[in-house]
Amino acid sequence: MSSRFRVSLLVLGAAALTLTACDREEHHSRAKPVGETVPAGMSPPTIFPGSSNPPALDYRAKLYDNNANAIARGQQLYTQMNCVGCHSHGGGGMGPPLMDDQWRYGGRIDQIATTITEGRPNGMPSWRGKLTEDQIWQLAAYVRSLSGLPSKDAVSSRSESMSAGTPQSLTPHPETNNSDAVPQ
Amino acid sequence: MIFQARVRAAVLPLLLSACSYQHYQSDFGGAAVADRQFLTLFWIFIGVCAFMYALVIAFLIAGIARRSRKAEANVVETGRHHQSDPLMRSTLIGWAALIGVGLAALAIASFVADRSMAKAATNEKLAVTVTGNQWWWDIVYSSDQPSKMLHTANELHLPVGVPTRIYLNSNDVIHSFWVPSLGGKQDLIPGRNNAITVVPKTTGIFRGQCAEFCGTQHAHMALVVVVESYPDFIKWWDGQLQPAPAPATPVALAGYKYVTTGPCSACHSIGGTPASATVGPDLTHLASRKSIAAGMLPMSKGNLYGWVEDPQSLKPGSKMPTIGLEPDQLHAVVAYLETLK
Repeated sequence: MSSRFRVSLLVLGAAALTLTACDREEHHSRAKPVGETVPAGMSPPTIFPGSSNPPALDYRAKLYDNNANAIARGQQLYTQMNCVGCHSHGGGGMGPPLMDDQWRYGGRIDQIATTITEGRPNGMPSWRGKLTEDQIWQLAAYVRSLSGLPSKDAVSSRSESMSAGTPQSLTPHPETNNSDAVPQ
Repeated sequence: MIFQARVRAAVLPLLLSACSYQHYQSDFGGAAVADRQFLTLFWIFIGVCAFMYALVIAFLIAGIARRSRKAEANVVETGRHHQSDPLMRSTLIGWAALIGVGLAALAIASFVADRSMAKAATNEKLAVTVTGNQWWWDIVYSSDQPSKMLHTANELHLPVGVPTRIYLNSNDVIHSFWVPSLGGKQDLIPGRNNAITVVPKTTGIFRGQCAEFCGTQHAHMALVVVVESYPDFIKWWDGQLQPAPAPATPVALAGYKYVTTGPCSACHSIGGTPASATVGPDLTHLASRKSIAAGMLPMSKGNLYGWVEDPQSLKPGSKMPTIGLEPDQLHAVVAYLETLK
């Protein structure tokens, strides 16, 4: 192999790497205009126990899942909206932990968004009308990152808090154990 | 023709900024600051540095001219003139002495300015905590009496002639508190307590702004500083401590209901109402302020409409989301916000 060929291979490889970074951090600062948001009671049904034929992912999933900006904004909202009060920083307390591999109502991003929008029995409040659809999906993207589900290049490689904890990109990726939802 | 119009369009705003904001925000102002040590320090630094710079440039030009003459004479450069040439020797000693004197002058001047600032800090009469957020300022006035503690945002009122200690903190990234007319600049660093003492000398309205790049809307993170007489200041403080007035008209009542139960209350607080979140700026006396969106837009009915309906087109990336209010909700919300005097 000539050295020139090797150099051009290297350059091509580096160029390909930069391409993968392109949609890592797409910003959707403009929420949808009036009339395009989902009206009350229209969240997609997200529990499909034992179904071998789960419905397709919501179209919004690809806008927020694996999106670094959405995850970072979700992280801020997680503290600001006091999710910490019940779920702690993912370890759980009054509410169930979010950083383990158990999902009572499913671990797909559209399932989590529905959980936040509609609320769930035994304490989870409904955030419909308090947060915008955009913010709810950002929160859902962050909640997924608590258990290491999004790809590592989308999550923050440093801890956002004052104490130097383990960066999120080092969160182990557990095998998801969905007793009633489809495997991820 | 088009080019000319473009040039005019580009130049006109510059002219405007030169005229109308001369006193509003002036970098050489210090107009409102009591002891002018900062301005003096600034001119000493400019003087010393300009003198040394001119000298270096003069020597450089002389050196270039001298070198070209030597090249003609075909003299071999040894680099050891200072040992043989007495003139070169004394010049070099003089040069070193000049550097020593210049640096000493700068060190003494900044030490004196620093000490006089520290002295002002010891007799503070008023303590204010300013917390930086992306992209607005949270302001808390401290008092011995808990009932006198005042929480507001984006508009800092200061009594003239009173040494005020401003404690600086940040909730997210590094910001910088800079009100040029008050002199001095200090960073707001998350997890670290900084402070700056100001003694305003003249009354007036001055503009401050964030001076450390802090994200997409850094340029629109401004602060309105109102310096007023002590009685006026106390009157303002007492007025701001009052809870928000109850809505008087049916439209304002509808707005009140939406603001205190809808998405607004997830982030904002309004004194005397159930809205008590601390994520966004306090709105208790919003309509009494001179600007909205952290010094970005003048307070007016039209700007309130625009800001409430679509903050993301006015200040893209701002943490306030575009809710998508229906027209009747928007009318009601603005009608209510306008009552918050």
